[in-house]
Amino acid sequence: MATTEIKLDPTTKKLSIIGFSGDFDKLVAVFTLATGAAAVGYEVNLFFTFWGLDGIKIKQGRSPVGKGFLPKVFGLFMGGLKSAPVSRLNFGGISPAIFRYLMRKNNVATLEELVEAAKVLGINFYACEMAMHILGIQKSDLIPEVKEVLGVASFLKIADGGQTLFI
Amino acid sequence: MANYKLDITKEHCPMTFVKTKIELSKLKSGDILEVLLSEGEPLENVPRSSTEQGFKVLSITEAAVKGTHLVQIQK
Repeated sequence: MATTEIKLDPTTKKLSIIGFSGDFDKLVAVFTLATGAAAVGYEVNLFFTFWGLDGIKIKQGRSPVGKGFLPKVFGLFMGGLKSAPVSRLNFGGISPAIFRYLMRKNNVATLEELVEAAKVLGINFYACEMAMHILGIQKSDLIPEVKEVLGVASFLKIADGGQTLFI
Repeated sequence: MANYKLDITKEHCPMTFVKTKIELSKLKSGDILEVLLSEGEPLENVPRSSTEQGFKVLSITEAAVKGTHLVQIQK
């Protein structure tokens, strides 16, 4: 996919999504809504917190990302985008592979394609400072598209005047 | 001014209008994008969202394959 960034008009409508979950299906929902909204002219802000941070790690597989022993264990078990489990009937990690196969077979954008589209569409990525602190995650562990590491007050200011979803 | 083509007949929501938007972003002002799309959701949403974002929908015509349409959008 091309890497042209699209400049969004600041006077447009706004959608802000709090990406709390690191589940495959919920991340698909986040990025489907986000890219769809951006493509019809919305300003889109994604605020990733807790397990949602798994979706925006540079290392997409299982990797001991994090500072300290416990965060590394969490990082190893949770992994990133490629190891995201589905929220129901995960069957030990087989289901995400089945979903990816079905999405490709039915010409539906895969999670990875949606994330790439979100980057191209110039969607704003933010990460939660508090969750990163608990999980020992540094900004350098996250994809470079993450504009800023924020707290609640800053996110509320960014989301002000638009629609906000929690997924 | 140049003409570009995009086939989104095999795409589904949200990639129908995501790909259209990305393609339009690459064009220069005055360029025309011919989008081949299916009836239903893409035919309803692609012209509407393009118009809402200030692009000009020049024409919507039935294409050769049944159930598909050709939409000309000018940037």
